[in-house]
Amino acid sequence: MKDLFSVVMLLGIYSLLSASFFVAMDAVDVAFTEAAVGAGISTLLMLVVITMTGRSEKTTRHKPMLALLVVVFTGGVLIYGTFDMPYFGLADAPIHNHVSPRYINDSMQEIGIPNIVTSVLASYRAFDTFGEVVVIFTAGIGVLALLSVVRRPEDSDKITAINDSMHERYLVIRIVTKILLPFILLFALYVQFHGDFGPGGGFQAGVIFAAAIILYTMLFGLNTARKVINQSFIQFIAAVGVLLYGCVGLVSLLNGGNFFDYNVLTNDPIVGQHIGILIIELGVGCTVASVMIIIFFNFAGRREMQQHNKKVHSSDLESL
Amino acid sequence: MIIGLFNDWVVVVLMMIGLYIVIAHGNLIKKLVGLSIFQTSVYIFYISMAKVEGGSAPILAESIKQFSNPLPHVLILTAIVVGIATTALGLALVVRIKEAYGSVEEEDIQHLDNQTQTESPKKVLEGDQA
Amino acid sequence: MISHLPVLQVIVPLMAAPLCLLLRRAQLVWLFALLASSLAFLISILLLQQVMTSGVISYELGGWEAPWGIEYRIDKLNAFLLLIITAISTVVLIAAQTSIEKEIPKEKHTLFYILYLLSLTGMLGIVSTGDAFNVFVFLEISSLSAYALIALGNDRRALWASYQYLIMGTIGATFILIGIGLMYQMTGTLNMEDLSQRLPQVAQTRTVFTAFVFVIVGVCLKLALFPLHLWLPNAYAYAPSIVTVFFAATATKVAIYLLIRFTFTVFGLSFSFTTLPLQGLFLTLGLAGIFVASSAAIYQKNVKHIFAYSSIAQVGYIIVGISTSTVMGLTATLLHLFNHALMKSAIFLALGAVVYRLGTIQLSSFHGLGRQMPLTMAAVTIGGLSLIGVPLTVGFVSKWYLLIALIEKGWWLVAILILLGSLLAVVYVWRIVEAAYFKEPLAGSMPVKEAPMLFLIPIWTLIIANIYFGLDTRLSVQVAQSAAQGLFGVSP
Repeated sequence: MKDLFSVVMLLGIYSLLSASFFVAMDAVDVAFTEAAVGAGISTLLMLVVITMTGRSEKTTRHKPMLALLVVVFTGGVLIYGTFDMPYFGLADAPIHNHVSPRYINDSMQEIGIPNIVTSVLASYRAFDTFGEVVVIFTAGIGVLALLSVVRRPEDSDKITAINDSMHERYLVIRIVTKILLPFILLFALYVQFHGDFGPGGGFQAGVIFAAAIILYTMLFGLNTARKVINQSFIQFIAAVGVLLYGCVGLVSLLNGGNFFDYNVLTNDPIVGQHIGILIIELGVGCTVASVMIIIFFNFAGRREMQQHNKKVHSSDLESL
Repeated sequence: MIIGLFNDWVVVVLMMIGLYIVIAHGNLIKKLVGLSIFQTSVYIFYISMAKVEGGSAPILAESIKQFSNPLPHVLILTAIVVGIATTALGLALVVRIKEAYGSVEEEDIQHLDNQTQTESPKKVLEGDQA
Repeated sequence: MISHLPVLQVIVPLMAAPLCLLLRRAQLVWLFALLASSLAFLISILLLQQVMTSGVISYELGGWEAPWGIEYRIDKLNAFLLLIITAISTVVLIAAQTSIEKEIPKEKHTLFYILYLLSLTGMLGIVSTGDAFNVFVFLEISSLSAYALIALGNDRRALWASYQYLIMGTIGATFILIGIGLMYQMTGTLNMEDLSQRLPQVAQTRTVFTAFVFVIVGVCLKLALFPLHLWLPNAYAYAPSIVTVFFAATATKVAIYLLIRFTFTVFGLSFSFTTLPLQGLFLTLGLAGIFVASSAAIYQKNVKHIFAYSSIAQVGYIIVGISTSTVMGLTATLLHLFNHALMKSAIFLALGAVVYRLGTIQLSSFHGLGRQMPLTMAAVTIGGLSLIGVPLTVGFVSKWYLLIALIEKGWWLVAILILLGSLLAVVYVWRIVEAAYFKEPLAGSMPVKEAPMLFLIPIWTLIIANIYFGLDTRLSVQVAQSAAQGLFGVSP
């Protein structure tokens, strides 16, 4: 397929399909995330990039033979490896009998929340999740370092003019969005604080929150959105999210426990676990939401600058 | 045996499709798409090994006795985040490459590089100063 | 607090990174990053001391015991690596501010330091952890920041190099992820110590074989082992100088650490070297890497390219050391990790100083530099001598141990080939020395001054370390030897 637009849309559909597969496989949390991230954010980002780089692919291909060779070989090794795998769905496979029974049987006494995925994510393997937050923070900083644009006030005035003319249309969508926005934000908050009981948690909530802001930006223009959400403020929130998460660990160090040992946060270990999970989920939510917004703003800002430069360039030519 | 491993084989095929796109295609965005497919297929592999026949989603409730394994779910949640982080950074690079080279095709870029190899190294056209 | 050192090692630079974003002023951020890195260095010294006297330290994160929670496990090997990484990072940061002033736009300086700290965090995390999946997470932290750092380079080819690295790196990381998944599927655990106990029971299965292949290939992609090295030369050559110094000295070392950790600890010596033909494979690839990369280095025009190819060749020596699978060979490998970090960081830092003054790094612009920047060029020369393996430098020590290991093993031919490989190093180092000392400066080129003090201090610290550890080998050899013995399960 040469048309990148359809390629990206198909990728989105693939993500959505795998998300529904995850539901069928009982992985509701993962499905939620994959739907929000794979089908939502990453498709959106790819579309934004396509508007900047052109939507058709050149026909020439290099070295398909070599690629085929590598792929067949790797695939062969993998298929070879599958022959000794435990069969699908068997309850006596080693993974179901060594580490995970403790999570299933004891997490209610040890952590005290019904969603086992959240217990493992936020307490047993809290450090992995901390690493995950740092990964997303790194991506945010990386995108900032690559794409951030220093803007001058006179430029932004002109850009606003272009934007306003563009966004005058689509009246119906704008009104519908305005009505929907509070509900999306509310839903994000619900997902944030309901992660202990059902599927959800800081990460999903952050993505939904960011999606609401991104929707607003797409319909009302980048400049309007920038007035609502200040750039340095959003960077501040991203950093605070990571720090908040880390500070929970530091506080448990000071209280005499190991890093991320929530039991020592209060006198009652279960209450301690609850508080710890609540705060770190909040940290995750802050960082994820703000990094997603940073990433989108910078992509869109870059695009705006390119269009602006093109406009200036063509008007220069005309004046010649 | 066919049924027991069928799932894994589908996953392997999906993975290899992704990997093939990454290696064989010259368009930088398409490479990232391939990478996404590759990664998503790995997620499917992890999730399908967590499934227990007759189990249900790992959220504790009175009436349910058998649960699927929660640990792979946790790992994949992390991996999805890593995946989007990589994609975002990759796309940011593609945008900058487009600005600097005027193309997002591997062939063109290598061609341009071979030309500049002999000349003195050029500075990147920084959008910031434009 | 002393019992929390393993986690503080990683947390200090990690927490410093977002704090930098709050500080904003580049000058302040530099000092703060330097402080964080020195603190990490201090912690690593204490850790090494603790490990040498009282053995393996295990730290349970979240207070959950090992296979259920994540464990940090510091033995002599980790502690040694932690020391190398933090030491180099601190020394390099001293020169960072001066160097990036010329190479990176001012408004991006703060972001540069944040990414640098994150990259440091990632590497420290990979080395400290005892959990296979945690390795993947921290691997991604260090790789993502690496891609961004390389893309900050001045030349547009930096962007392309960074993109290629991103594709290769992500494929590598995903391979590792698949490998970890397969191991987990067969054993039900992610903890390395636990894996090493449970894997032998299923060692004969085809699944474990596949897991091993995927982990090793994934790590070798990161490691730039020949023939998977194609991303490295451009990434090193076009990245900002400071980034090149830091990565050349540390990033491949971390990947080698992973290779050693997985082959020796997780899969176990008998599985890696007797069941599989890994020995022959490593030996062949290592030797091929030495010769192909060294010959490629001879024909480069860009001096950074020369030393980037030389890095690939040095990886070859390290792999040959591993392939002997003896205590002596592994000691040589570990020594070479340390020594190569010292010499490459000194050389690349000196090259950074040249870029600072000249703005270019082509071999032709080196003509006559020997008189204009005598201290910098002397550093490059001594570093080069060390690379060749001339006596009185660190390079000699590790080559000597490698030769002894090979001869002990009875591999005379390989030993001779290693010596021949060093001769190739003589050629490419000579080209630079010749350009700097025996050629007249190009007509019409501007006279240049010696590098600023903030460059010379770290460069000469590293050069002195190069000579000191070449003369007094007690410390480095003792640590390397006991780390190697630890991996073979021999009590020292």
